[in-house]
Amino acid sequence: MAEFLDDRQAKLSSFRKNILKRPVSSDPTAIPEGIFVQCEGCQASIYQKTLDERDGVCPQCGYHMKISAEKRLSILLDKKSFSELDEGLISLNPLGMPDYEKKLEAARRTALMNDAFLGGTGSIDQMAVAIGVLDASFMMGSMGSVVGERVTRLVEHATAHSLPLILFSASGGARMQEGILSLMQMIKTSAALGRFHEQGGLYISVLTNPTTGGVAASFATLGDINIAEKSSLIGFAGPRVIKQTIQQDLPEGFQTETFQLHHGMVDLVLERKDIRPVLVRLLKWHRKEGSLR
Amino acid sequence: MRVLSEDYVWEKVKLARHPKRPTSQTVIKTLFPDFLELHGDREYGDDPAFITGLATFADRPITVVAQEKGTSTTDDKIRHNFGMAHPEGYRKALRIMRQAEKFHRPIVCLVDTPGAYPGIGAEERGQALAIAMNLREMIRLRTPIVVVVLGEGGSGGALGIGVGDSVAMMENSIYSILSPEGFASILYKDASKAKEAAVLMKLTPEDLLDLNVIEAILPEAEGMHLNPVPGLNAIHHYLKTELERLNAMPVSQLIESRYAKFRKIGVFGQLPDH
Repeated sequence: MAEFLDDRQAKLSSFRKNILKRPVSSDPTAIPEGIFVQCEGCQASIYQKTLDERDGVCPQCGYHMKISAEKRLSILLDKKSFSELDEGLISLNPLGMPDYEKKLEAARRTALMNDAFLGGTGSIDQMAVAIGVLDASFMMGSMGSVVGERVTRLVEHATAHSLPLILFSASGGARMQEGILSLMQMIKTSAALGRFHEQGGLYISVLTNPTTGGVAASFATLGDINIAEKSSLIGFAGPRVIKQTIQQDLPEGFQTETFQLHHGMVDLVLERKDIRPVLVRLLKWHRKEGSLR
Repeated sequence: MRVLSEDYVWEKVKLARHPKRPTSQTVIKTLFPDFLELHGDREYGDDPAFITGLATFADRPITVVAQEKGTSTTDDKIRHNFGMAHPEGYRKALRIMRQAEKFHRPIVCLVDTPGAYPGIGAEERGQALAIAMNLREMIRLRTPIVVVVLGEGGSGGALGIGVGDSVAMMENSIYSILSPEGFASILYKDASKAKEAAVLMKLTPEDLLDLNVIEAILPEAEGMHLNPVPGLNAIHHYLKTELERLNAMPVSQLIESRYAKFRKIGVFGQLPDH
Protein backbone atom coordinates (compact mmCIF):
# COMPACT_ATOMS: atom_id res chain seq x y z
CA MET A 1 0.00 0.00 0.00
CA ALA A 2 2.71 2.40 1.04
CA GLU A 3 4.66 1.53 -2.11
CA PHE A 4 1.70 2.25 -4.26
CA LEU A 5 1.26 5.61 -2.60
CA ASP A 6 4.90 6.55 -3.09
CA ASP A 7 4.63 5.57 -6.69
CA ARG A 8 1.49 7.63 -7.06
CA GLN A 9 3.17 10.61 -5.42
CA ALA A 10 6.11 10.37 -7.77
CA LYS A 11 3.85 10.21 -10.78
CA LEU A 12 1.90 13.19 -9.60
CA SER A 13 4.96 15.29 -8.98
CA SER A 14 6.39 14.37 -12.35
CA PHE A 15 3.07 15.28 -13.93
CA ARG A 16 3.11 18.65 -12.18
CA LYS A 17 6.68 19.31 -13.20
CA ASN A 18 6.40 18.24 -16.81
CA ILE A 19 2.89 18.99 -17.83
CA LEU A 20 1.46 21.66 -15.58
CA LYS A 21 4.55 23.83 -15.67
CA ARG A 22 4.85 23.73 -19.40
CA PRO A 23 4.46 27.30 -20.64
CA VAL A 24 1.03 27.89 -22.09
CA SER A 25 1.24 28.96 -25.68
CA SER A 26 -1.13 31.62 -26.92
CA ASP A 27 -1.05 30.00 -30.33
CA PRO A 28 -3.32 26.94 -30.18
CA THR A 29 -1.55 25.27 -33.12
CA ALA A 30 1.98 25.71 -31.73
CA ILE A 31 3.90 22.47 -31.27
CA PRO A 32 5.25 22.09 -27.74
CA GLU A 33 9.02 22.29 -27.69
CA GLY A 34 10.98 19.06 -27.40
CA ILE A 35 8.46 16.75 -29.06
CA PHE A 36 9.64 17.33 -32.60
CA VAL A 37 13.14 18.21 -33.73
CA GLN A 38 14.31 19.46 -37.07
CA CYS A 39 16.84 17.33 -38.96
CA GLU A 40 20.03 19.30 -39.66
CA GLY A 41 20.41 17.39 -42.92
CA CYS A 42 17.01 17.49 -44.63
CA GLN A 43 15.12 19.90 -42.34
CA ALA A 44 12.32 17.37 -41.85
CA SER A 45 10.48 17.47 -38.52
CA ILE A 46 11.17 14.25 -36.69
CA TYR A 47 9.39 12.91 -33.64
CA GLN A 48 11.96 13.13 -30.83
CA LYS A 49 11.16 9.63 -29.60
CA THR A 50 11.73 8.16 -33.08
CA LEU A 51 15.07 9.94 -33.27
CA ASP A 52 16.08 8.61 -29.83
CA GLU A 53 15.20 5.07 -30.83
CA ARG A 54 17.34 5.46 -33.95
CA ASP A 55 20.30 6.79 -31.93
CA GLY A 56 19.99 10.24 -33.47
CA VAL A 57 19.98 9.17 -37.12
CA CYS A 58 17.32 10.83 -39.29
CA PRO A 59 14.79 8.28 -40.62
CA GLN A 60 14.23 10.44 -43.70
CA CYS A 61 17.74 11.19 -44.96
CA GLY A 62 20.15 9.23 -42.73
CA TYR A 63 21.84 12.37 -41.40
CA HIS A 64 23.61 11.73 -38.09
CA MET A 65 22.50 14.30 -35.52
CA LYS A 66 24.73 15.11 -32.54
CA ILE A 67 24.12 12.89 -29.53
CA SER A 68 25.05 13.32 -25.88
CA ALA A 69 28.15 11.71 -24.39
CA GLU A 70 25.91 9.59 -22.18
CA LYS A 71 23.91 8.33 -25.15
CA ARG A 72 27.16 7.54 -26.96
CA LEU A 73 28.42 5.41 -24.10
CA SER A 74 25.08 3.63 -23.82
CA ILE A 75 25.33 2.65 -27.50
CA LEU A 76 28.88 1.34 -27.16
CA LEU A 77 29.49 -0.13 -23.76
CA ASP A 78 28.36 -3.35 -22.13
CA LYS A 79 25.50 -2.72 -19.70
CA LYS A 80 26.58 -1.38 -16.31
CA SER A 81 30.25 -1.65 -17.20
CA PHE A 82 31.06 2.07 -17.10
CA SER A 83 32.90 3.60 -14.22
CA GLU A 84 33.57 7.33 -14.54
CA LEU A 85 36.98 8.79 -13.68
CA ASP A 86 37.65 12.29 -12.37
CA GLU A 87 34.00 13.39 -12.55
CA GLY A 88 34.56 15.92 -9.79
CA LEU A 89 36.78 18.27 -11.82
CA ILE A 90 35.10 21.59 -12.51
CA SER A 91 36.07 24.65 -14.52
CA LEU A 92 37.05 27.84 -12.76
CA ASN A 93 37.53 31.24 -14.35
CA PRO A 94 41.30 31.64 -14.17
CA LEU A 95 41.50 34.64 -16.50
CA GLY A 96 38.46 36.37 -15.00
CA MET A 97 36.64 36.34 -18.34
CA PRO A 98 33.29 38.17 -18.17
CA ASP A 99 30.21 35.91 -18.09
CA TYR A 100 32.24 32.68 -18.20
CA GLU A 101 30.72 31.42 -14.93
CA LYS A 102 27.25 32.15 -16.25
CA LYS A 103 27.97 30.29 -19.47
CA LEU A 104 29.32 27.32 -17.52
CA GLU A 105 26.27 27.26 -15.28
CA ALA A 106 23.92 27.39 -18.29
CA ALA A 107 25.89 24.62 -20.00
CA ARG A 108 25.77 22.44 -16.87
CA ARG A 109 21.99 22.80 -16.84
CA THR A 110 21.42 22.00 -20.51
CA ALA A 111 24.01 19.24 -20.87
CA LEU A 112 23.61 17.86 -17.32
CA MET A 113 27.39 17.45 -17.10
CA ASN A 114 30.11 19.14 -15.06
CA ASP A 115 32.05 19.92 -18.22
CA ALA A 116 32.28 18.85 -21.86
CA PHE A 117 34.01 15.50 -21.30
CA LEU A 118 32.75 12.18 -19.97
CA GLY A 119 35.41 9.53 -19.50
CA GLY A 120 36.32 6.44 -17.56
CA THR A 121 36.64 2.70 -17.94
CA GLY A 122 34.17 0.18 -19.29
CA SER A 123 33.95 -2.83 -21.50
CA ILE A 124 32.93 -3.46 -25.10
CA ASP A 125 31.97 -7.08 -25.77
CA GLN A 126 33.70 -7.99 -22.49
CA MET A 127 36.94 -6.27 -23.47
CA ALA A 128 38.11 -3.63 -21.02
CA VAL A 129 38.78 -0.16 -22.43
CA ALA A 130 39.53 3.38 -21.30
CA ILE A 131 36.97 5.52 -23.08
CA GLY A 132 36.18 9.22 -23.24
CA VAL A 133 33.57 11.24 -25.09
CA LEU A 134 33.31 14.96 -25.77
CA ASP A 135 29.81 16.40 -25.68
CA ALA A 136 29.11 19.19 -28.17
CA SER A 137 26.11 20.39 -26.18
CA PHE A 138 28.45 21.69 -23.46
CA MET A 139 29.97 24.91 -24.84
CA MET A 140 30.56 23.29 -28.22
CA GLY A 141 32.65 20.57 -26.63
CA SER A 142 35.44 23.07 -26.24
CA MET A 143 38.66 22.12 -24.43
CA GLY A 144 39.64 24.17 -21.40
CA SER A 145 41.69 23.08 -18.38
CA VAL A 146 39.12 20.51 -17.21
CA VAL A 147 38.74 18.76 -20.56
CA GLY A 148 42.52 18.83 -21.07
CA GLU A 149 43.16 17.44 -17.60
CA ARG A 150 40.52 14.72 -17.85
CA VAL A 151 41.70 13.57 -21.28
CA THR A 152 45.30 13.55 -20.01
CA ARG A 153 44.39 11.60 -16.86
CA LEU A 154 42.42 9.09 -18.92
CA VAL A 155 45.41 8.57 -21.24
CA GLU A 156 47.65 8.16 -18.19
CA HIS A 157 45.17 5.68 -16.71
CA ALA A 158 45.20 3.68 -19.95
CA THR A 159 49.01 3.80 -19.91
CA ALA A 160 49.27 2.64 -16.29
CA HIS A 161 46.75 -0.19 -16.73
CA SER A 162 47.68 -1.18 -20.32
CA LEU A 163 44.15 -0.56 -21.57
CA PRO A 164 43.17 0.23 -25.14
CA LEU A 165 42.11 3.86 -25.41
CA ILE A 166 39.09 5.16 -27.34
CA LEU A 167 38.31 8.86 -27.61
CA PHE A 168 35.24 10.32 -29.33
CA SER A 169 35.72 13.94 -30.34
CA ALA A 170 33.00 16.52 -30.90
CA SER A 171 34.44 19.96 -30.42
CA GLY A 172 34.81 23.43 -31.84
CA GLY A 173 38.37 23.49 -30.47
CA ALA A 174 40.16 25.11 -27.56
CA ARG A 175 37.93 27.02 -25.12
CA MET A 176 38.30 30.76 -25.73
CA GLN A 177 37.38 31.75 -22.17
CA GLU A 178 40.51 30.12 -20.72
CA GLY A 179 42.78 31.68 -23.35
CA ILE A 180 46.37 30.50 -23.44
CA LEU A 181 45.66 27.84 -20.77
CA SER A 182 43.29 26.13 -23.21
CA LEU A 183 45.90 26.30 -25.95
CA MET A 184 48.42 24.59 -23.67
CA GLN A 185 46.01 21.67 -23.12
CA MET A 186 46.82 20.72 -26.72
CA ILE A 187 50.43 20.06 -25.71
CA LYS A 188 49.41 18.32 -22.49
CA THR A 189 47.02 15.83 -24.11
CA SER A 190 49.36 15.14 -27.05
CA ALA A 191 52.28 14.66 -24.66
CA ALA A 192 50.37 12.02 -22.70
CA LEU A 193 49.46 10.29 -25.95
CA GLY A 194 53.15 10.31 -26.89
CA ARG A 195 53.96 8.27 -23.79
CA PHE A 196 51.02 5.92 -24.40
CA HIS A 197 52.22 5.46 -27.99
CA GLU A 198 55.78 4.75 -26.84
CA GLN A 199 54.46 2.01 -24.54
CA GLY A 200 52.68 0.35 -27.46
CA GLY A 201 49.14 1.22 -26.41
CA LEU A 202 46.28 1.07 -28.92
CA TYR A 203 44.52 4.40 -29.44
CA ILE A 204 41.39 4.56 -31.57
CA SER A 205 40.18 8.08 -32.27
CA VAL A 206 36.63 8.58 -33.49
CA LEU A 207 36.02 11.99 -35.01
CA THR A 208 32.37 13.06 -34.91
CA ASN A 209 30.49 16.21 -35.80
CA PRO A 210 32.21 18.64 -35.41
CA THR A 211 35.93 18.09 -34.79
CA THR A 212 37.87 21.26 -35.48
CA GLY A 213 40.48 23.69 -34.12
CA GLY A 214 42.61 22.78 -31.13
CA VAL A 215 41.01 19.40 -30.58
CA ALA A 216 41.58 18.39 -34.22
CA ALA A 217 45.13 19.77 -33.94
CA SER A 218 45.90 17.66 -30.90
CA PHE A 219 44.52 14.34 -29.63
CA ALA A 220 41.69 13.80 -32.15
CA THR A 221 43.94 13.18 -35.17
CA LEU A 222 46.64 11.17 -33.36
CA GLY A 223 44.93 7.77 -33.33
CA ASP A 224 46.66 4.60 -34.47
CA ILE A 225 43.32 4.26 -36.19
CA ASN A 226 41.25 7.34 -36.99
CA ILE A 227 37.55 6.73 -37.64
CA ALA A 228 35.25 9.48 -38.89
CA GLU A 229 31.53 9.22 -38.26
CA LYS A 230 29.08 10.04 -41.04
CA SER A 231 27.75 13.63 -41.22
CA SER A 232 30.83 15.19 -39.61
CA LEU A 233 32.61 18.46 -40.19
CA ILE A 234 36.32 17.81 -39.60
CA GLY A 235 39.17 20.24 -40.08
CA PHE A 236 41.61 22.69 -38.55
CA ALA A 237 40.18 26.12 -39.41
CA GLY A 238 36.44 26.71 -39.53
CA PRO A 239 34.88 27.11 -42.99
CA ARG A 240 33.89 30.74 -42.26
CA VAL A 241 37.46 31.72 -41.37
CA ILE A 242 38.85 30.02 -44.49
CA LYS A 243 36.28 31.71 -46.71
CA GLN A 244 37.14 35.10 -45.21
CA THR A 245 40.87 34.52 -45.70
CA ILE A 246 40.88 33.26 -49.27
CA GLN A 247 37.91 35.35 -50.44
CA GLN A 248 36.38 32.60 -52.51
CA ASP A 249 33.70 29.96 -52.17
CA LEU A 250 34.61 26.62 -50.71
CA PRO A 251 34.28 23.50 -52.86
CA GLU A 252 31.31 21.19 -52.39
CA GLY A 253 31.85 18.66 -49.62
CA PHE A 254 34.81 20.58 -48.14
CA GLN A 255 35.86 19.31 -44.68
CA THR A 256 33.29 16.53 -44.60
CA GLU A 257 34.20 13.06 -43.34
CA THR A 258 34.45 11.88 -46.97
CA PHE A 259 36.82 14.78 -47.77
CA GLN A 260 39.05 13.63 -44.90
CA LEU A 261 38.91 10.04 -46.16
CA HIS A 262 39.88 11.09 -49.71
CA HIS A 263 42.78 13.13 -48.41
CA GLY A 264 44.11 10.32 -46.30
CA MET A 265 43.47 11.78 -42.85
CA VAL A 266 41.16 9.04 -41.56
CA ASP A 267 41.27 5.28 -41.97
CA LEU A 268 37.58 4.81 -42.50
CA VAL A 269 34.18 6.48 -42.43
CA LEU A 270 31.43 4.68 -40.55
CA GLU A 271 27.75 5.03 -39.87
CA ARG A 272 26.91 5.31 -36.19
CA LYS A 273 25.46 1.81 -36.00
CA ASP A 274 28.64 0.27 -37.43
CA ILE A 275 31.07 1.84 -34.98
CA ARG A 276 30.58 -0.65 -32.17
CA PRO A 277 31.05 -3.80 -34.32
CA VAL A 278 34.19 -2.30 -35.88
CA LEU A 279 35.57 -1.39 -32.45
CA VAL A 280 34.96 -4.98 -31.35
CA ARG A 281 36.96 -6.31 -34.30
CA LEU A 282 39.79 -3.84 -33.75
CA LEU A 283 39.97 -4.57 -30.03
CA LYS A 284 40.12 -8.31 -30.73
CA TRP A 285 42.96 -7.89 -33.22
CA HIS A 286 44.93 -5.88 -30.70
CA ARG A 287 44.36 -8.10 -27.68
CA LYS A 288 47.65 -8.60 -25.93
CA GLU A 289 47.27 -12.14 -24.62
CA GLY A 290 47.56 -14.73 -27.39
CA SER A 291 44.58 -16.22 -29.19
CA LEU A 292 42.23 -14.28 -31.42
CA ARG A 293 39.27 -16.48 -30.50
CA MET B 1 47.97 38.34 -11.48
CA ARG B 2 49.01 41.88 -12.26
CA VAL B 3 46.48 44.11 -13.97
CA LEU B 4 47.67 45.80 -17.14
CA SER B 5 45.97 48.77 -18.75
CA GLU B 6 44.20 48.56 -22.09
CA ASP B 7 46.63 51.03 -23.68
CA TYR B 8 49.65 49.15 -22.40
CA VAL B 9 48.40 45.83 -23.76
CA TRP B 10 47.36 47.27 -27.11
CA GLU B 11 50.79 48.87 -27.48
CA LYS B 12 52.31 45.38 -27.10
CA VAL B 13 50.00 44.02 -29.79
CA LYS B 14 50.99 46.84 -32.15
CA LEU B 15 54.71 46.48 -31.46
CA ALA B 16 54.58 42.69 -31.85
CA ARG B 17 53.19 43.27 -35.36
CA HIS B 18 55.18 46.42 -36.16
CA PRO B 19 56.25 46.56 -39.83
CA LYS B 20 59.76 47.61 -38.81
CA ARG B 21 60.17 44.85 -36.26
CA PRO B 22 63.04 42.53 -37.18
CA THR B 23 61.94 39.06 -38.18
CA SER B 24 63.66 35.68 -37.86
CA GLN B 25 65.86 36.49 -40.88
CA THR B 26 67.54 39.27 -38.89
CA VAL B 27 68.04 37.08 -35.85
CA ILE B 28 69.56 34.34 -38.00
CA LYS B 29 71.87 36.74 -39.87
CA THR B 30 73.09 38.36 -36.69
CA LEU B 31 73.34 35.48 -34.23
CA PHE B 32 74.06 32.60 -36.59
CA PRO B 33 76.32 34.07 -39.34
CA ASP B 34 77.32 30.67 -40.78
CA PHE B 35 73.69 29.49 -41.04
CA LEU B 36 73.06 26.91 -43.76
CA GLU B 37 69.44 26.64 -44.82
CA LEU B 38 68.00 23.16 -45.35
CA HIS B 39 64.80 22.83 -47.33
CA GLY B 40 61.77 20.64 -47.69
CA ASP B 41 59.59 18.17 -45.84
CA ARG B 42 60.55 15.22 -48.14
CA GLU B 43 56.84 14.57 -48.71
CA TYR B 44 55.23 17.47 -50.49
CA GLY B 45 57.28 20.63 -50.73
CA ASP B 46 59.23 23.42 -49.11
CA ASP B 47 57.24 25.93 -47.11
CA PRO B 48 58.95 29.36 -47.04
CA ALA B 49 56.91 30.34 -43.95
CA PHE B 50 59.53 28.26 -42.14
CA ILE B 51 63.27 28.77 -42.39
CA THR B 52 65.17 25.77 -41.07
CA GLY B 53 68.80 24.80 -41.03
CA LEU B 54 72.12 24.42 -39.24
CA ALA B 55 74.50 26.88 -37.65
CA THR B 56 77.27 27.27 -35.12
CA PHE B 57 76.34 28.87 -31.86
CA ALA B 58 78.67 29.20 -28.87
CA ASP B 59 81.15 26.87 -30.60
CA ARG B 60 78.59 24.10 -31.08
CA PRO B 61 76.40 23.02 -33.97
CA ILE B 62 72.72 23.78 -33.48
CA THR B 63 69.52 23.30 -35.45
CA VAL B 64 67.41 26.38 -36.14
CA VAL B 65 63.66 26.21 -36.81
CA ALA B 66 62.22 29.64 -37.48
CA GLN B 67 58.90 31.06 -38.59
CA GLU B 68 59.42 33.90 -41.04
CA LYS B 69 56.84 36.59 -41.77
CA GLY B 70 58.92 38.33 -44.40
CA THR B 71 60.85 41.57 -44.11
CA SER B 72 59.56 45.02 -44.93
CA THR B 73 59.04 44.55 -48.68
CA THR B 74 55.69 43.24 -49.87
CA ASP B 75 57.33 40.68 -52.16
CA ASP B 76 59.22 39.13 -49.30
CA LYS B 77 56.09 39.03 -47.14
CA ILE B 78 54.16 37.27 -49.90
CA ARG B 79 57.02 34.86 -50.48
CA HIS B 80 56.89 33.85 -46.81
CA ASN B 81 53.07 33.93 -46.77
CA PHE B 82 53.20 36.43 -43.87
CA GLY B 83 54.52 33.67 -41.63
CA MET B 84 51.42 31.54 -42.02
CA ALA B 85 52.62 28.00 -42.56
CA HIS B 86 51.03 25.12 -44.41
CA PRO B 87 51.19 21.48 -43.20
CA GLU B 88 54.41 20.93 -45.16
CA GLY B 89 55.97 23.69 -43.05
CA TYR B 90 55.22 21.86 -39.81
CA ARG B 91 56.40 18.62 -41.40
CA LYS B 92 59.63 20.25 -42.54
CA ALA B 93 60.13 21.56 -39.01
CA LEU B 94 59.60 18.09 -37.56
CA ARG B 95 61.92 16.46 -40.08
CA ILE B 96 64.69 18.91 -39.22
CA MET B 97 64.08 18.50 -35.48
CA ARG B 98 64.27 14.70 -35.75
CA GLN B 99 67.53 15.12 -37.61
CA ALA B 100 68.76 17.29 -34.73
CA GLU B 101 67.84 14.54 -32.28
CA LYS B 102 69.72 11.94 -34.32
CA PHE B 103 72.90 14.02 -34.26
CA HIS B 104 72.46 15.25 -30.67
CA ARG B 105 72.16 18.88 -31.68
CA PRO B 106 70.17 21.28 -29.55
CA ILE B 107 67.25 23.02 -31.26
CA VAL B 108 66.41 26.72 -31.28
CA CYS B 109 62.86 27.61 -32.33
CA LEU B 110 61.90 31.15 -33.27
CA VAL B 111 58.15 31.77 -33.17
CA ASP B 112 56.59 34.56 -35.24
CA THR B 113 53.25 33.87 -36.89
CA PRO B 114 49.71 35.21 -36.93
CA GLY B 115 48.66 31.55 -37.08
CA ALA B 116 48.76 28.46 -39.27
CA TYR B 117 47.33 29.24 -42.71
CA PRO B 118 43.59 28.66 -43.02
CA GLY B 119 43.16 27.64 -46.65
CA ILE B 120 41.89 24.86 -48.89
CA GLY B 121 45.28 23.28 -49.60
CA ALA B 122 46.23 23.44 -45.94
CA GLU B 123 43.09 21.53 -45.01
CA GLU B 124 43.55 19.03 -47.85
CA ARG B 125 47.05 18.24 -46.65
CA GLY B 126 46.11 17.88 -42.99
CA GLN B 127 46.95 21.08 -41.12
CA ALA B 128 45.43 19.72 -37.91
CA LEU B 129 47.37 16.46 -38.02
CA ALA B 130 50.64 18.21 -38.91
CA ILE B 131 50.42 20.41 -35.80
CA ALA B 132 49.21 17.57 -33.56
CA MET B 133 52.10 15.38 -34.66
CA ASN B 134 54.63 18.11 -33.81
CA LEU B 135 53.16 18.45 -30.31
CA ARG B 136 53.34 14.72 -29.68
CA GLU B 137 56.85 14.36 -31.08
CA MET B 138 58.51 17.52 -29.71
CA ILE B 139 57.70 16.51 -26.15
CA ARG B 140 59.73 13.31 -26.70
CA LEU B 141 62.73 14.60 -28.66
CA ARG B 142 65.89 13.56 -26.86
CA THR B 143 67.72 16.82 -27.32
CA PRO B 144 67.37 20.30 -25.74
CA ILE B 145 64.78 22.68 -27.23
CA VAL B 146 64.77 26.42 -26.57
CA VAL B 147 61.86 28.50 -27.87
CA VAL B 148 61.81 32.28 -28.30
CA VAL B 149 58.61 34.10 -29.26
CA LEU B 150 59.90 36.98 -31.38
CA GLY B 151 56.71 38.80 -32.32
CA GLU B 152 53.36 37.10 -32.73
CA GLY B 153 52.69 33.73 -31.14
CA GLY B 154 49.47 32.99 -32.95
CA SER B 155 47.51 30.05 -31.63
CA GLY B 156 48.08 26.46 -32.80
CA GLY B 157 50.35 27.78 -35.53
CA ALA B 158 52.83 28.99 -32.91
CA LEU B 159 52.29 25.98 -30.66
CA GLY B 160 53.42 23.67 -33.49
CA ILE B 161 57.05 24.60 -32.72
CA GLY B 162 56.42 25.81 -29.17
CA VAL B 163 57.16 22.74 -27.07
CA GLY B 164 60.44 23.75 -25.44
CA ASP B 165 62.44 22.98 -22.33
CA SER B 166 62.73 26.74 -22.02
CA VAL B 167 60.27 29.17 -23.55
CA ALA B 168 60.92 32.92 -23.58
CA MET B 169 59.04 35.86 -25.03
CA MET B 170 60.47 39.13 -26.24
CA GLU B 171 59.34 42.11 -24.18
CA ASN B 172 57.14 43.33 -27.04
CA SER B 173 55.65 40.09 -28.21
CA ILE B 174 52.29 38.38 -27.72
CA TYR B 175 51.18 34.75 -27.44
CA SER B 176 47.52 33.85 -27.60
CA ILE B 177 44.80 31.35 -28.40
CA LEU B 178 43.47 33.57 -31.19
CA SER B 179 44.08 37.06 -32.59
CA PRO B 180 42.48 39.83 -30.48
CA GLU B 181 40.34 40.65 -33.55
CA GLY B 182 39.11 37.07 -33.79
CA PHE B 183 38.48 36.95 -30.07
CA ALA B 184 36.49 40.19 -30.18
CA SER B 185 34.36 38.91 -33.02
CA ILE B 186 33.47 35.90 -30.88
CA LEU B 187 33.05 37.71 -27.57
CA TYR B 188 31.43 40.95 -28.76
CA LYS B 189 30.45 39.91 -32.30
CA ASP B 190 32.57 42.93 -33.29
CA ALA B 191 36.16 42.61 -34.49
CA SER B 192 36.79 46.33 -33.96
CA LYS B 193 36.68 45.80 -30.19
CA ALA B 194 40.04 44.01 -30.38
CA LYS B 195 41.62 46.45 -27.95
CA GLU B 196 39.15 45.56 -25.21
CA ALA B 197 39.47 41.87 -26.00
CA ALA B 198 43.28 41.97 -25.88
CA VAL B 199 43.29 42.89 -22.17
CA LEU B 200 40.92 40.07 -21.25
CA MET B 201 42.92 37.51 -23.21
CA LYS B 202 46.11 37.80 -21.11
CA LEU B 203 48.48 37.66 -24.04
CA THR B 204 51.43 39.79 -22.89
CA PRO B 205 54.74 38.28 -21.74
CA GLU B 206 53.97 39.47 -18.19
CA ASP B 207 50.64 37.60 -18.20
CA LEU B 208 52.18 34.41 -19.55
CA LEU B 209 54.98 34.51 -17.01
CA ASP B 210 52.38 34.83 -14.23
CA LEU B 211 50.45 31.89 -15.70
CA ASN B 212 53.65 29.76 -15.76
CA VAL B 213 53.36 29.26 -19.51
CA ILE B 214 56.77 30.83 -20.22
CA GLU B 215 60.01 31.03 -18.23
CA ALA B 216 61.51 34.36 -19.22
CA ILE B 217 60.94 37.80 -20.75
CA LEU B 218 63.76 39.14 -22.91
CA PRO B 219 64.28 42.91 -22.67
CA GLU B 220 64.36 45.09 -25.79
CA ALA B 221 65.22 48.52 -24.31
CA GLU B 222 63.63 51.08 -26.64
CA GLY B 223 62.02 48.36 -28.76
CA MET B 224 63.36 46.21 -31.59
CA HIS B 225 61.48 48.24 -34.22
CA LEU B 226 63.65 51.24 -33.29
CA ASN B 227 66.89 49.51 -32.40
CA PRO B 228 67.21 45.73 -32.73
CA VAL B 229 70.60 45.48 -30.98
CA PRO B 230 69.58 45.25 -27.30
CA GLY B 231 66.89 42.66 -28.13
CA LEU B 232 69.31 40.60 -30.22
CA ASN B 233 71.83 40.71 -27.38
CA ALA B 234 69.16 39.51 -24.99
CA ILE B 235 68.32 36.60 -27.28
CA HIS B 236 72.01 35.73 -27.59
CA HIS B 237 72.49 35.77 -23.86
CA TYR B 238 69.35 33.71 -23.20
CA LEU B 239 70.20 31.05 -25.77
CA LYS B 240 73.75 30.75 -24.48
CA THR B 241 72.71 30.41 -20.85
CA GLU B 242 69.83 28.02 -21.51
CA LEU B 243 71.69 25.79 -23.96
CA GLU B 244 74.59 25.51 -21.53
CA ARG B 245 72.23 24.54 -18.71
CA LEU B 246 70.19 22.09 -20.82
CA ASN B 247 73.24 20.51 -22.48
CA ALA B 248 74.56 19.64 -19.03
CA MET B 249 71.39 17.74 -18.10
CA PRO B 250 71.14 13.97 -18.63
CA VAL B 251 68.69 13.35 -21.50
CA SER B 252 66.28 11.29 -19.39
CA GLN B 253 66.01 14.13 -16.89
CA LEU B 254 65.55 16.63 -19.71
CA ILE B 255 62.61 14.67 -21.13
CA GLU B 256 61.05 14.19 -17.68
CA SER B 257 61.18 17.84 -16.78
CA ARG B 258 59.86 18.93 -20.19
CA TYR B 259 56.88 16.61 -19.75
CA ALA B 260 56.31 17.70 -16.16
CA LYS B 261 56.39 21.36 -17.11
CA PHE B 262 53.53 21.11 -19.63
CA ARG B 263 51.71 18.42 -17.64
CA LYS B 264 50.94 20.82 -14.82
CA ILE B 265 49.50 23.68 -16.93
CA GLY B 266 45.80 24.22 -16.28
CA VAL B 267 43.56 25.67 -13.57
CA PHE B 268 40.53 23.77 -12.30
CA GLY B 269 38.53 22.96 -9.18
CA GLN B 270 37.49 19.75 -7.53
CA LEU B 271 34.00 19.12 -6.17
CA PRO B 272 34.23 18.14 -2.49
CA ASP B 273 32.14 14.95 -2.73
CA HIS B 274 34.24 13.29 -5.42
